[in-house]
Amino acid sequence: MLQLRDQAAAEDAVQETMLAALQGVERFASRAQLKTWVFSILKNKIIDAIRRRVREPNMTPPDEEIADSDFDPLFDERGHWRRESQPSTWGDPVKALENTRFWAVFDVCMNRLPANTARVFMMREVLGLETEEICRELALSSGNCWVVLHRARMGLRLCLEETWFGKKGETA
Amino acid sequence: MMNCKEAVRLMSLERDSTLSATQRFALRFHTLLCTGCRNYRQQMAFLHTASVERASGAISDGQKDDA
Repeated sequence: MLQLRDQAAAEDAVQETMLAALQGVERFASRAQLKTWVFSILKNKIIDAIRRRVREPNMTPPDEEIADSDFDPLFDERGHWRRESQPSTWGDPVKALENTRFWAVFDVCMNRLPANTARVFMMREVLGLETEEICRELALSSGNCWVVLHRARMGLRLCLEETWFGKKGETA
Repeated sequence: MMNCKEAVRLMSLERDSTLSATQRFALRFHTLLCTGCRNYRQQMAFLHTASVERASGAISDGQKDDA
């Protein structure tokens, strides 16, 4: 769980979710339905845990960030993609979701992001929190929040392109 | 014309906020002409799908279930 680097808090959240799930399990016709339901509970638990955590003093993690200049080499002096770094088509990338090796690569790429950057990204993309809310919870300015999200996406896509989609044959 | 560096910044911003009409128009014009940025936009959509799938997959813990 990227949102909760704190192992104990993550385990608590999962445990509470499993208990809640077991209590309600007979109501579900299919496993797909159950999975969706468990995910929605866990999502709320994670949001609660994040809120509790950021309110505790001294718990704000140090701000490590990706510098903008890290991505400068991808562009030429006029700010256009260099030929060799132009984003390629990923074809039908959804196919990769069925490949367990893809998930290993995905985790590596996610872990390469600074912890704070990954956390903001997951809060936005997975938990679907509004940017304003994320900024408030993590005490970032909204401008800063957008910048962090942009760098997270740049970093993640670059890593996936280099380690997965760029390698012909891997995705077929 | 807007450059790619600015276009990718706006393609991220549009996922988190609302672009102005001018920004939207400039971005549309840019992506019409720029293959790299068109690919980039599709990659952004995929990142979202994959992240959600990763988080929900963490729950079922590798079980190959449902359809």
